[in-house]
Amino acid sequence: MNAPVKPTKLIKGTDGDWEVVIGMEIHAQVTSRSKLFSGASTAFGGAPNAHVSLVDAAMPGMLPVINEECIRQAVRTGLGLKAKINLKSVFDRKNYFYPDLPPGYQISQYKSPVVGEGEVVVDLADGASVTVGIERVHLEQDAGKSLHDQHPTMSFVDLNRSGVALMEIVSKPDLRSSEDAKAFVSKLRSILRYLGTCDGDMEKGSLRADVNVSVRRPGAPLGTRCEIKNVNSIRFIGQAIEYEARRQIEILEEGGAIEQETRLFDPDKGETRSMRSKEEAHDYRYLPDPDLLPLEFDQAFVDALRAGLPELPDQKKARFTEAMGLSAYDAGVLVAERETADYFEAVARGRDPKIAANWVINELTGRLNREGRPITESPVSADQLGAILDLMAEGTISGRIAKDLFEIVWAEGGDPRRIVDERGMKQVTDRGAIAAVVDEIVAANPDKAAQAKEKPAVIGWFVGQVMKSSGGKANPKAVNDLLKQKLGL
Amino acid sequence: MTDLTSLTIAEARDALKRKTVSASELADAHLRAIARARALNAYVLETPDAARAMAEQSDRRIASGEAGPLEGIPIGVKDLFCTKDVRTTACSHVLYNFVPAYESTVTARLWRDGAVMLGKTNNDEFAMGSSNETSFFGPVISPWRRKGANTPLVPGGSSGGSAAAVAANLCLAATGTDTGGSIRQPAAFTGIVGIKPTYGRCSRWGIVAFASSLDQAGPFTRTVRDGAIILRSMAGHDPRDTTSADRPVPDYEAAIGRPVKGMRIGIPKEYRVEGMAAEIEELWEHGIAWLKGAGAEIVEISLPHTKYALPAYYIVAPAEASSNLARYDGVRYGLREPGRDIVAMYENTRAKGFGKEVRRRVMIGTYVLSAGYYDAYYLRAQKVRTLIKRDFEEVFARGVSAILTPATPTAAFGIGEKGGADPIEMYLNDVFTVTVNMAGLPGLALPAGLSPEGLPLGLQLIGRPFDEETLFALGEVIEQAAGRFAPQPWW
Repeated sequence: MNAPVKPTKLIKGTDGDWEVVIGMEIHAQVTSRSKLFSGASTAFGGAPNAHVSLVDAAMPGMLPVINEECIRQAVRTGLGLKAKINLKSVFDRKNYFYPDLPPGYQISQYKSPVVGEGEVVVDLADGASVTVGIERVHLEQDAGKSLHDQHPTMSFVDLNRSGVALMEIVSKPDLRSSEDAKAFVSKLRSILRYLGTCDGDMEKGSLRADVNVSVRRPGAPLGTRCEIKNVNSIRFIGQAIEYEARRQIEILEEGGAIEQETRLFDPDKGETRSMRSKEEAHDYRYLPDPDLLPLEFDQAFVDALRAGLPELPDQKKARFTEAMGLSAYDAGVLVAERETADYFEAVARGRDPKIAANWVINELTGRLNREGRPITESPVSADQLGAILDLMAEGTISGRIAKDLFEIVWAEGGDPRRIVDERGMKQVTDRGAIAAVVDEIVAANPDKAAQAKEKPAVIGWFVGQVMKSSGGKANPKAVNDLLKQKLGL
Repeated sequence: MTDLTSLTIAEARDALKRKTVSASELADAHLRAIARARALNAYVLETPDAARAMAEQSDRRIASGEAGPLEGIPIGVKDLFCTKDVRTTACSHVLYNFVPAYESTVTARLWRDGAVMLGKTNNDEFAMGSSNETSFFGPVISPWRRKGANTPLVPGGSSGGSAAAVAANLCLAATGTDTGGSIRQPAAFTGIVGIKPTYGRCSRWGIVAFASSLDQAGPFTRTVRDGAIILRSMAGHDPRDTTSADRPVPDYEAAIGRPVKGMRIGIPKEYRVEGMAAEIEELWEHGIAWLKGAGAEIVEISLPHTKYALPAYYIVAPAEASSNLARYDGVRYGLREPGRDIVAMYENTRAKGFGKEVRRRVMIGTYVLSAGYYDAYYLRAQKVRTLIKRDFEEVFARGVSAILTPATPTAAFGIGEKGGADPIEMYLNDVFTVTVNMAGLPGLALPAGLSPEGLPLGLQLIGRPFDEETLFALGEVIEQAAGRFAPQPWW
C-alpha cells in the first residue's frame, strides 16, 4: 500500500507532481433467483411492480427471512477474494426516508460484515501487477426505482428491484491511477463472473461503483476524499477519476482546500459535480435489525463452498502459462472472461496450445470485437475452429487457406473438412507440380532471378507469385525449398 | 340455562361437544352482548357476518366430527393482528383504512383450530400506552367501577379492548400483544388472566410491529385453564418469523392441576418498590401464602438490575419503534396528506397520522439512535438488557422454578388521571412487567383479590424460557385459592 509509486502514475501539476489515491465500493448484484429477504423474483425487465412481495412493499407486520442462496454467494465471493469469512455477522437497519425504500430502512451489514479482509491481484497493461486489498464484503438490499417522467405532477415507484441482494465490496485505498482502478474493476468483475455470484452486467446495473478519490504530494499523508456515487461503466470510472483528480489538484494548487462531499459523475459532460456536502450527509441511525437473528454458520459450511469453487482467473492463468507454455499476456487475455477461457480450452484440447491461443486471440476475438459479439455467440464453434487447426497441422491446408476457411465457416457454417474437400482448397504438396510452376515463373522473370542472387529477400516475391499462381494452395515450405534450389540460394 | 357469554372456554367446549349449544348460538349471544356494550368502546370493528359464517362452519364440522380444539369458540382480536380482508388499523389514524390481503400467523392458527372471530378490539395506538387512552378510536372504558362511584376507569393498555371484552363477557377469549406489559397490566386491571409467552413462542408474522425484539402475542381469558387451551393454538414455529422458536408446543392444559409441591418460588426483594400500596403488599403476601400452602418453597431472591429496566426499556422500545414505524409514510397505503414535495408529504402524513404518544416515542427513538448518542443510550440500554437477563438466569440456575411478583403497582385509575403532564407517571405502570420482556421470559398475570375500592388486583408469575407449563400449574393454585372476579354490569 505504501510502496513507492511509479513516476509514470503521478500527475504533473503546475508546481510538481501529485499522486491520486483511489478506493472503491463496488455494488454487485448477487446472482440468485429470489430477493435477499423475500421470495419475489429478481428477474430483470418485468413490468413495473411485477416482482414485489408483501415484504418488499413493507406491508404492516411483514418480516424478512434470509435467502440462504445469497449467503452462499457472498461466502463464495469472499473465498474468491481470498478473504476472511466471518462465521457470525449481523444485519443492521440503515434508516432513511425515500419513496423507493418502502420500510424506511435498508437492511445492510454495518459493523459485522459476512466477509472480512481479502485481496485481488490486478494485472496492469505494462505487465506489472498490483495487489489491491479488500476491506470487507457485506450483503445489503437494493432499493426500488422512482420514475419521475410518467405523470405531470406525481412520481411513480417501481419496487421490482426493492430487496434484491447486493454485495458491497469495499477496497482499500490501494489504487493509484484511473488505469489501476479500471483494471481493478475488470479483474473483480472477472472473478465474480467466474464464481457465478454476479453476472457483472454493468448496462443492467448489476455492477456499480462508488469511487473515493483524493490527491496528495507523493509521500504525504492522505488527502481529503470525495466520493463519486454510482458510476456504471468501467470507461466512466476512468473518466470520473481523471476529472476528479484534476479538479482537486487545481483547487489545491490555487491554495484552496478539498471539502469532503459526495459527487455525481455526468457522463455527457465528462465531469463530476457536487451532490451533497458532509454537513448534509444523512444520519442513518443504524441499529441491529431486531427481526433477524445474527447470521451464523459453521466452518463446514464454508469448507463445502470452498470445495465447490471453480478454477479462478489467477489459477487458470498460471496453468495456461506453466502447463501450456502460453505467454503471460496471452494467458491474461484468455482468462479475462470465463467463456473465452472455456472456448480456448476446448480448441486447445489435443492441439498445440500456442497456435490455439493465437487463433482465439487474433482471429476469433478480433473478429468478434469488430462485430460486437460475445464469444458465446460466435458463429465459429470451438469444434469448427479446432477442425481448421487440425487441417492446418496435418498439412491439408496452408495458413493462408486456413484464414479463408475461417471466413467461410464464419459466414456460412459447416464442417471445415468437407468445405476443404468440396471447394478444392487442399494444399498442393506434389513437389513435381510445384516445381513446374517454380520453373515457369523463374524462367519468365530472369531479371528478378538475378536480383535474388544479390538480395535473397527477393525470394519472397517469387513465393508470392507461386502461391498466387497455385491459388494459395501450394505448400509454402515446398515452394520455399524448391525456389531456393532453383535460384541457387 | 346460564348466560352463554359467561361460560369459560372449557365449559363452552364441553357444551358444544355435547351439542347442548351450537356455535351459532354462542356467536349470536356474544354479538348481542357486544351490541349492548358499545359504551365500553372495546371493539373498534364488529364482524357479525364473519362471526356467523365461521360459526356455521364450526357447527358443520362439529356435526361431521371434525371439530378442532377451539371449534366454535368466539374470540376478539386485537387490532394489531392483520386479518385478511378485515380492516386492521393498529388504532392509528395513519392506518385508518388499511385492509390487509393476508392473515397473521397467530390468528390463522386460531381459525385453523375452529375459533370464531367476533371483531377487532381497541388498543393504544401502535400498542404504545398503558391505559388504552391513545387509540385513534378513543379510550376503552373499563367494565369495572370503584365501589359506589361511576368515575370511568381505564382497562389498562395497550390491549385494553381485549381485556375489557373478556372481562365484560363480550368474548370467551381475546388476543393481545405484550411489549412491556400490554397483556399482563390490562389483565390485572380487569380481573382476568393474561399471558405473555416466551419471546419466540408465538409468531410475530402479520402483527403490526411496535418493538420487534420485545413484542409477543398472547391470550386473555377468564381462567388459567382457558389460557392454557388457547395458547396451545396460538403458539408454534413459523418459518416466516426467524425469531420464532422451532420447538414443539406442549399440551399446556395438561399442566393444570400438576402438583407444585417442592417447587422453589422466588420473591424478588427489588420488587418491593417504595410507595407500593399496602393493598398490593397484602395481595403479594396472600399469593405467597397460597403457594406455600400448596407445598411450594418460598425463597427470597435478588434481581439487582431491576431498577434500570424501565429506563432501558424506554430507550430500546422507542428506538425499534422509530424504525418500525418509518413505513407509514403515505406512499403505499393508509393515510396520505399531500404536500408540495415528498418531504412535505411525509411530514404532513406523519403529523396527522400519528397521535401525540406515538410521535413522542418516534422522536425519542430517533434521538437515541442518532450519531453521537447511540453509544450513550441505545448501546448502554442493550448492555443493561443483558444484565437483566443474566439476573434471571442466575436465579433460575439456583433452582428457582418461577418468580412471584405483583402485576402492577396500583389498581386501575381513572380516564385522564395519569400521564397528562408527565409521561413518566404512565410509564411507571410497567415497572413490574418490562423486565420480563427485556429478558424474553414468559409471564402470567392473574387476579388475586380486590382493592378496598373493589377493583381487581393482579399477581404475576414469571417463568423460565419456554416453561409456560409451570406458570399454568402455579396459576391454577392461585386461582383456586383466590377465586374468580367479575365486574357488575352497568353498561
